[in-house]
Amino acid sequence: MAMTLQVNGRAVSVKADPQTPLLWVLRDELGLTGTKFGCGVAQCGACTVHVDGQPMRACQTPIELVGGSQITTIEGLGGGHPLQHAWVKHDVPQCGYCQSGQIMSAAALLAQTPQPTDDDIDAVMSGNICRCGAYQRIRDAIKDAAGVAAPAPAKA
Amino acid sequence: MNKIVKPSALTGATRREVVIGAALAGGALTVGACSPADIMSIGTNNDFGAFGPFLKIAPDGAVTVISKHIEFGQGNHAGLAAILAEELDADWTRVRVEQAAANTKVYMNTGMGAQGTGGSSAIANSWEQLRKVGASARAMFVQAAAAKWSVPAAEISVKDSVVSHAGSGRSAGFAELLADAAKVTPPENPTLKDPKTFTLVGTNRVRRKDAVLKSTGQARFTQDVRLPEMLVAVVAHPPRFGAVPQNFDADKAKAVPGVIDVFSVKSGVAVVADSTWAALKGREALTVTWDEGKAEKRGSDAIAQTFRDIAAGKGGEIKWQGFDSKGTVGELSGPDVLTVAYDFPYLAHATMEPMNCVAQVKGRKVKLTFGSQFPTLDQLNTAKIVGTLPGSVEIETLYAGGSFGRRCNFQSDYVAECVRIAKKTNGRPVKLVWTREDDQRAGYFRPLTHHAVSVRVDKDGYPAAWRHRIVTQSIMKGSPMGGGDGPEPPAVEGAQGSPYLKATPAVDAQVAMPDVGVPVLWWRSVGATHTAYAMEHTIDQLARKAGKDPADYRRALYQKAGSQRHLAVLDLLVERSGWKSSAPEGWVRGLAVHESFGSVVGQVADVQLVEGQPPKVGRVVTVIDCGTAISPDQIAAQMEGGTCYGLSGALYGQITLIDGAVQETNFDTYRVLRMNEAPRVETHILPSTAAPSGVGEPGTPVIGPAVANAILAATGQPTLSQPFVKPA
Repeated sequence: MAMTLQVNGRAVSVKADPQTPLLWVLRDELGLTGTKFGCGVAQCGACTVHVDGQPMRACQTPIELVGGSQITTIEGLGGGHPLQHAWVKHDVPQCGYCQSGQIMSAAALLAQTPQPTDDDIDAVMSGNICRCGAYQRIRDAIKDAAGVAAPAPAKA
Repeated sequence: MNKIVKPSALTGATRREVVIGAALAGGALTVGACSPADIMSIGTNNDFGAFGPFLKIAPDGAVTVISKHIEFGQGNHAGLAAILAEELDADWTRVRVEQAAANTKVYMNTGMGAQGTGGSSAIANSWEQLRKVGASARAMFVQAAAAKWSVPAAEISVKDSVVSHAGSGRSAGFAELLADAAKVTPPENPTLKDPKTFTLVGTNRVRRKDAVLKSTGQARFTQDVRLPEMLVAVVAHPPRFGAVPQNFDADKAKAVPGVIDVFSVKSGVAVVADSTWAALKGREALTVTWDEGKAEKRGSDAIAQTFRDIAAGKGGEIKWQGFDSKGTVGELSGPDVLTVAYDFPYLAHATMEPMNCVAQVKGRKVKLTFGSQFPTLDQLNTAKIVGTLPGSVEIETLYAGGSFGRRCNFQSDYVAECVRIAKKTNGRPVKLVWTREDDQRAGYFRPLTHHAVSVRVDKDGYPAAWRHRIVTQSIMKGSPMGGGDGPEPPAVEGAQGSPYLKATPAVDAQVAMPDVGVPVLWWRSVGATHTAYAMEHTIDQLARKAGKDPADYRRALYQKAGSQRHLAVLDLLVERSGWKSSAPEGWVRGLAVHESFGSVVGQVADVQLVEGQPPKVGRVVTVIDCGTAISPDQIAAQMEGGTCYGLSGALYGQITLIDGAVQETNFDTYRVLRMNEAPRVETHILPSTAAPSGVGEPGTPVIGPAVANAILAATGQPTLSQPFVKPA
């Protein structure tokens, strides 16, 4: 049974069972591997995508729930998002595996709260685990992208 | 004897040398007169360009540095490239990094005799090697230009990939001179720069080369590999360590759409499917009966009690191995004696990317595509399973989503599992996917460990006699690096060699490593994960007993021990942290200093204690002496990340076994540090002209004792077990 999803502004037809988590459809069927598998139980945030602008954990989102929704993945962010520039400027990634999810969570945060406080950042970003512990730079990069005061990155 | 492996390269602590040939001898090979490295490289590509295996220069002049080390977060790709680019005087903005293929002979870790990344050794073991490669290539360009322009080579300069002769006003880029330079015989001993003249190394121009890829979802991890005809496999694993599949019913599993095959492998029952989700659904539908005859069924509480009993001399027959012992310790009781003991639990590495591998077996040819931390080991283990030469195992190493020690495994556990599956798929490539639960249940934990310490102090309050017992599990026993004299480094490093033991007149220090059927492994900073805590928290208790400031107390001991690097780190730490002024209102401070992997790290942590809440760690001032700093910004990143990793373990980390079964199988129960709990780490690098030493691990073990020392200062109570926050 084919189903249509709206992914990164395009309609795509997928064959997967309606109960298949969006994560595996994105990765295995559509080849959008920027969205990562980390825990499978919505605890780590590595699979965060936007569904109608809201951050969602794709590993716990069956595709039958998002058939009529606009889905945006890290690939759909385009590479030129202010957060992505800030991530590079601050050399945020270490192993990098969690960073797609971090950026998608941060992008949803900034869309709702363009000038986030530390508490706003904590509230949203504590759902995303980074085992390398890049948290400090993630916080700085979010503030930098938002134009709120952040410690300057190391001078180039 | 053949080529040697120094465990120091893995563990950073010892100079003991052992033989990797043992690993080969276990296979089908006769070592004979060849070195194992020669044998390892039979069949591998050894055809490199004019500049050798570490450097490629494209016709457009673009410079590519080949990294023999995997990049899984530690930033070594940037550092390695910078070392070479500095000596080459290459245009840093156009330098790329490429991951080396498996080739033990060419890409050997010079500290190990095997190709592998570990022990925070990537920069240290490459420092001279890559400087020479860069300098040699630079000399080739200079000579080519000198010949072409008929000017003396000594008058030629190179900057940003442009070769110039000031006298004649001539200049040319690498592209223009490439064909001529490639014909020049590389000098055997090229002249290296005076480090004072470095323009790249040691500056904040050395930034990551993978930040764009990793900020756009384009970096390629094992999980992302997609190949034509590729299958996905998951494996039903036993509930306890040492259990094996007895029989299974695959009818329902095979009925799941997309499932292609179900079969038994050594480590469990494999479900092979055309997609990840189908494989997972197939596994859910599978029924397996396990043979638990040889399974470890003890709980972690029982194991911990056994270790405490052994330390107390109630463990029956057990082999004790001494280290750093001297003089006569005598009876340790009375008011001038401090007696403490510490318990450390099993810890999972919990990398963000669960273990995985892609393998394709075609007859005697194997292709592995994954984040291989130790290509030599992975080739050997694969070759044994397939019955082929190690060099016939091609490895394409990808970025890995963290390791922290997990991917350097003597058994190549998940790789071996994938290869065993791929042997049965008629040449089709297989991606083995472990779920978080598979990963947590697979073991290879930081060993559960117990320390028992008694110290008698002299009239001034300084240690006069130190008795130390460590009970832990062996990581290296039965491996190519096991055996040898004295205790294995991962069990004792950090206690062994401690300046505090050096400064103590009488020491009786011993370690016992009883057998337990729980697989254990190095966990970022290895022995220091527990020794740093035992030493540094004990020192603060002694300082408190003596009524002395913890920094002053340490200074006196470092002076007595002649530990100049510790002294320098301590002094800068005291200055930069404002140790002598009080902590901000509502905060308390703790200090710790520890040497690991050749580097000394000191930290002062500001801690806030609120009843009923986990300790909150705010500002953490960090000083590191890591010899010559290649990339100050990446050193800072490793101090930030290492601190989070260590704090995560100290506050929350714990694997509990009940009747041998792992309880914390995902992040809902295996609690890790999150954004709202992350400290703000300030890093200060001690200026040094010494050769570079480790950075990836030394930032991890110091924060635990620093926080415990803050709690001690505030409450008068030591913290005698980890994690600090007990699960509800």
